[in-house]
Amino acid sequence: MYIDITNVNKQFTHKGKLFTALENVNLSIDRGEFICLLGPSGCGKSTLLNAIAGFDPPSSGTVVIDGCEVRKPSSRNVTIFQNYGLLPWRNVLRNVELALESRKDITRAKREEIARKNLDLVGLSGFADASPHQLSGGMQQRVAIARALTADPEIIFMDEPFGALDAITRMKLQDDIRAIRKENRKTIIFVTHDIEEAVYLADRVVVMTPNPGKVKSVIKVELGPSRNRTGQDFFMLRQKILEIFSMKHDYPIEYSI
Amino acid sequence: MSNKAVRYLWKKARALGWVALSFLIFLTVWGLASYFSNVNAALFPSPLGALHGFLEVLADGSLYGHIAASMFRFWSGFAVAVVLAVVSGAVFGWYVPLFRLANPVVQLLRPISPIAWMPFIVLMFGIGDMPAIVTIFIAAFFPVFLSAVSGVMNIPEIYLKVARNFGVGRFEIFWKIIFPAAFPQIMSGIHLALGSAWVFLVCGEMIGAQSGLGYLIIDARNNLRSDILVADITVIGLIGFLLDALLKFAEGRMLKRWGLEKE
Ligand SMILES: Nc1ncnc2c1ncn2[C@@H]1O[C@H](COP(=O)(O)OP(=O)(O)OP(=O)(O)O)[C@@H](O)[C@H]1O
Ligand SMILES: [Mg+2]
Repeated sequence: MYIDITNVNKQFTHKGKLFTALENVNLSIDRGEFICLLGPSGCGKSTLLNAIAGFDPPSSGTVVIDGCEVRKPSSRNVTIFQNYGLLPWRNVLRNVELALESRKDITRAKREEIARKNLDLVGLSGFADASPHQLSGGMQQRVAIARALTADPEIIFMDEPFGALDAITRMKLQDDIRAIRKENRKTIIFVTHDIEEAVYLADRVVVMTPNPGKVKSVIKVELGPSRNRTGQDFFMLRQKILEIFSMKHDYPIEYSI
Repeated sequence: MSNKAVRYLWKKARALGWVALSFLIFLTVWGLASYFSNVNAALFPSPLGALHGFLEVLADGSLYGHIAASMFRFWSGFAVAVVLAVVSGAVFGWYVPLFRLANPVVQLLRPISPIAWMPFIVLMFGIGDMPAIVTIFIAAFFPVFLSAVSGVMNIPEIYLKVARNFGVGRFEIFWKIIFPAAFPQIMSGIHLALGSAWVFLVCGEMIGAQSGLGYLIIDARNNLRSDILVADITVIGLIGFLLDALLKFAEGRMLKRWGLEKE
């Protein structure tokens, strides 16, 4: 498949003791899929995401994207962080432009044009000259999304991107992400500990549990493209995932509703 | 006038009032002390005597030349120190093994007063501008260097992740990420260095120079002109205060731009 994660283990040494953050993770992801990594704090979601994105390769096992083993981050895949990762000394436009600055084949004018187009897409064309700190958290994360889109990546990694936002802003951004994805089908791997968020966004939810961090179950979400947070099937799927968390044993992988 | 403007003006006026009162008390105590003490006026001038001394050096124009000489030395030594310390500090902070290698020696050199090097400096550079410049350089270098190293070492991980993600080159990363990210801390090192460098300007000029505010002190002493001495000391204090205010202002502007200003 497009992304193949095979027998991935990750150990950290913390105060001289070996700690297993990921144990024997296997997962395959198709091109264009929206995957949510779901689980409680400490179950290794970020560790797994960092391994796939190439920031921190696994201790053993392999991550292969499009036939190439991942060893370091690539500008073809962009990560969006919970605390936005905007550079405070640059204005919004220049932050977005950063995505293309290492591309020698794109002129300065072209770069600005693309950046402005994506700022427009996230509804922030009026804030090009603002400093990041002048924006609200939700707006800052939109800037980060515009920056990611400007790089025109194949995969977008998101590590609890809406975790610091209030519930209403979060729902708005969830809708935005779905709308953006409808336009250009990127592969998205999205970390969250919010069951509702996972069910609302994902094609497949990867349920992870801690101590040691591993994949407990993978659940296919067949709710179609327009989802209703208050619908019956939405509610049932949430229940199902809650049940899986409380089970003693691993759930047969690739369960679907 | 709106209520807000009145309150603002009142607040400013009160702040000024404290400043005026502070100096008034100081001058009164000084004036009384010189009036009632039996020390020779040539050794312990009154506030009025000091004012006369000040007006005298102002009138004969010699003060401006001394200030200009001091300023030239101060800014050359300080600028060279800041540039070298920031660049080397960034490199040493980025390549951590390099810093581990340099740090023991730096820690040994740092507590040595720049004045201790004076004999070497005079032997190597002779007298004139150089001793003061080198003294200021030494005084300013270490605080800036160490703040640059620690600023670079403490750059939030996320900026580096973003840089790696978007393929920022290994040299580009210095001026695109490392310098700006460490700049708030570097700036506070520069602020610190400015204060101590100004203190050492006077020492540097008392030994190797034939002009400048430090030399003026020696000159006033040799001529037993304590009124000029006090006037000179006041000028040194005033300029030091102004330099500090200037840098505080620059630092504030920068922190504001970085979104880091403290309330
Ligand atoms: N660099 C590190 N050094 C030592 N231990 C680490 C390191 N990074 C992560 N860990 C440990 O690995 C485990 C998994 O961490 P990870 O950050 O992947 O969890 P997470 O699922 O993302 O949690 P959260 O929801 O809190 O972000 C945690 O117990 C954490 O303490
Ligand atoms: Mg995490």
